[in-house]
Amino acid sequence: MKKLLVALLALMMFTACSSGSGSKNSESVKIGLNFELTGEVASYGNSEADAVMLAIKHANEDGGVLGKEIVPVKLDNQSDQAETVSVQTKLATVEKVTGIIGPAVSGLTAAVYPVANEYGVVSISASATADGITQDENGDVFDYAFRVCFLDSYQGLAMAKFVSSELGASKAVVIGDSSSDYAKGLSKSFINQFTSMGGSIVAEESYVEGDTEFNSVLTKIKDMDFDVIYIPGYYGEVSLIVKQARAMGINVPITGGDGFDAPELLQIAGPEALNDVYFTTAYTTVTTDSNVLDFVEAYKAEYNKDPDMFAALAYDAAGILIQAIEDAGSDEPEAVKDALVAMDAYQGVTGKISFDELHNAEKSVLVVELVDGVQANSIEVE
Amino acid sequence: MLQFLQQIINGLSLGSIYALVALGYTMVYGIIKLINFAHGDIYMLGAYIGYICIAYLNLPFSVALIASMVLCALIGVLIEKVAYKPLRHATRIAALITAIGVSYLLQNVTQTVMGSNVRSYPSVLSDAMIEFAGLRISHQQLYIFIITIVLMCALQYIVKFTKMGRAMRAVSVDSDAARLMGINVDRTISITFAIGSALAGAAGIMVGVYYNTINPLMGSVPGLKAFIAAVFGGIGIIPGAMLGGFAIGIIETLVIGYGSSLYKDAVVYAILILILILKPSGLLGKNRKEKV
Repeated sequence: MKKLLVALLALMMFTACSSGSGSKNSESVKIGLNFELTGEVASYGNSEADAVMLAIKHANEDGGVLGKEIVPVKLDNQSDQAETVSVQTKLATVEKVTGIIGPAVSGLTAAVYPVANEYGVVSISASATADGITQDENGDVFDYAFRVCFLDSYQGLAMAKFVSSELGASKAVVIGDSSSDYAKGLSKSFINQFTSMGGSIVAEESYVEGDTEFNSVLTKIKDMDFDVIYIPGYYGEVSLIVKQARAMGINVPITGGDGFDAPELLQIAGPEALNDVYFTTAYTTVTTDSNVLDFVEAYKAEYNKDPDMFAALAYDAAGILIQAIEDAGSDEPEAVKDALVAMDAYQGVTGKISFDELHNAEKSVLVVELVDGVQANSIEVE
Repeated sequence: MLQFLQQIINGLSLGSIYALVALGYTMVYGIIKLINFAHGDIYMLGAYIGYICIAYLNLPFSVALIASMVLCALIGVLIEKVAYKPLRHATRIAALITAIGVSYLLQNVTQTVMGSNVRSYPSVLSDAMIEFAGLRISHQQLYIFIITIVLMCALQYIVKFTKMGRAMRAVSVDSDAARLMGINVDRTISITFAIGSALAGAAGIMVGVYYNTINPLMGSVPGLKAFIAAVFGGIGIIPGAMLGGFAIGIIETLVIGYGSSLYKDAVVYAILILILILKPSGLLGKNRKEKV
């Protein structure tokens, strides 16, 4: 008898839910979290999930959104593609959330955007940087898919602008990792932008992941006439190139992307080599921006650790979604999506964010300068 | 011209490392006709043992070098006893596959024990530069070069002028005949593994100090290049491995210096293919008819 009652109740609830168009109970607004809480990229996923929870907590402390409480629904996608899709489907159809934040990495995000689009739920990734994933196979943009990070290629563009306008460089050497798509994207956009601004590329050299010997390539460029080096790549090889270049007496500014941003850079290259070194990033703690400082302090107080770039981006992803719900005056995903498209320069901890026609973030890039291996200054590049 | 000489110096220091690792390949191949693909990982272990000695035990470089050579020698012998000896009479492909298995085992055990992240080596040797007629040589490059030459001379002495060296050469020519002459073949093979592994260990610690970065997968690419160096010089021939090592190092730097850095690995692998097609016995190898 009891069982029958439960079954009946469940049936009633189910029909009640599906008959109403969407989620929408009047007491709360639901936001889904689809993150890599376990599995191989769990460190990114946890960092982002923590930041989203913090953003929701902050919003609730300020009175929620549309006068309602925000309720997070946090699910683990196990860093697994099939699981991610089922989590996304569950959030959209069973939990009936307004919007979903996550996943962290590009591969999984590419898998969930079509799902979100099919069920008409807003899906915002904080850190999926691969080009093209907000579009379907015909190149049409997914109406409900957004991301708040800049694309890989965007960093190269920003650094090219920085070196020509701020460093006054006109002759560059590019030493790129030919084994990573990330580095190739950066390299291509840097070269295009730099040459279109009247600069010339004196030499374009390459290496592959795992290389340790760069003396020969540095010997080759040493006697050339150039005033900046651009190294799109990850810290492992970058640190060796910087170290060997400085030891050889190459003292021009060395620049690169957010692959520089790791403590190992300082450990391997050493503090003396890391002067006059600049890299692009979405986020730095070296700033006087009170937004950022407040965020860092709050995150530290909550989780007892420093927020990394992923946390900062996820905090913004949640923040921009909440702002869009507020702007739309409704928690219907369709209205929220339109509010996101119309969003003009949302002020987040990773800069001002708007979306372009492909729903990629249009935002300023930060260039951070290292002095003795420590982040010393940051400059915003539009 | 100055730049050319500078590139040759770069090539020699890179080539020293290839040569040291190639010697181990060639000695093992010479004696049991096994391409020991785990050899590159012994080189990685050498780097890690040196790292532990220097960073945790605060030993000076010279002691760490010797410790790393001795421990690598022991590990080499252990691997031979456990993994290769039971397969001595199996097909060569079985032994080869086992070698690849040992290689993965060493990589993964190191990742489990030491973590898979890149570690920075403590700097124990001066990295000051010597300027000489416009050329720049770092102290570390000099150390690498000198240690390599000393080790090679020692190896030549052992192989040419000691009883053990004679036994090694005898086993290499015909192990059955050597056994009939009263040579302890198993012991000779063990010693060959020990010497080859010690050389790889020395190369590992020197690379660690020179580039000051190590990781558990650092052995695979240099291992492959050293294998190519051994084939280039003539696998099984000790002077061939030295020549091959230096040649590959110099070719690589010259390709970077005067061609494109994008093609440096392609050129090295193309050399392997060309050698295998044109002169499979290597530069110093003699073409021998297969005994039937």
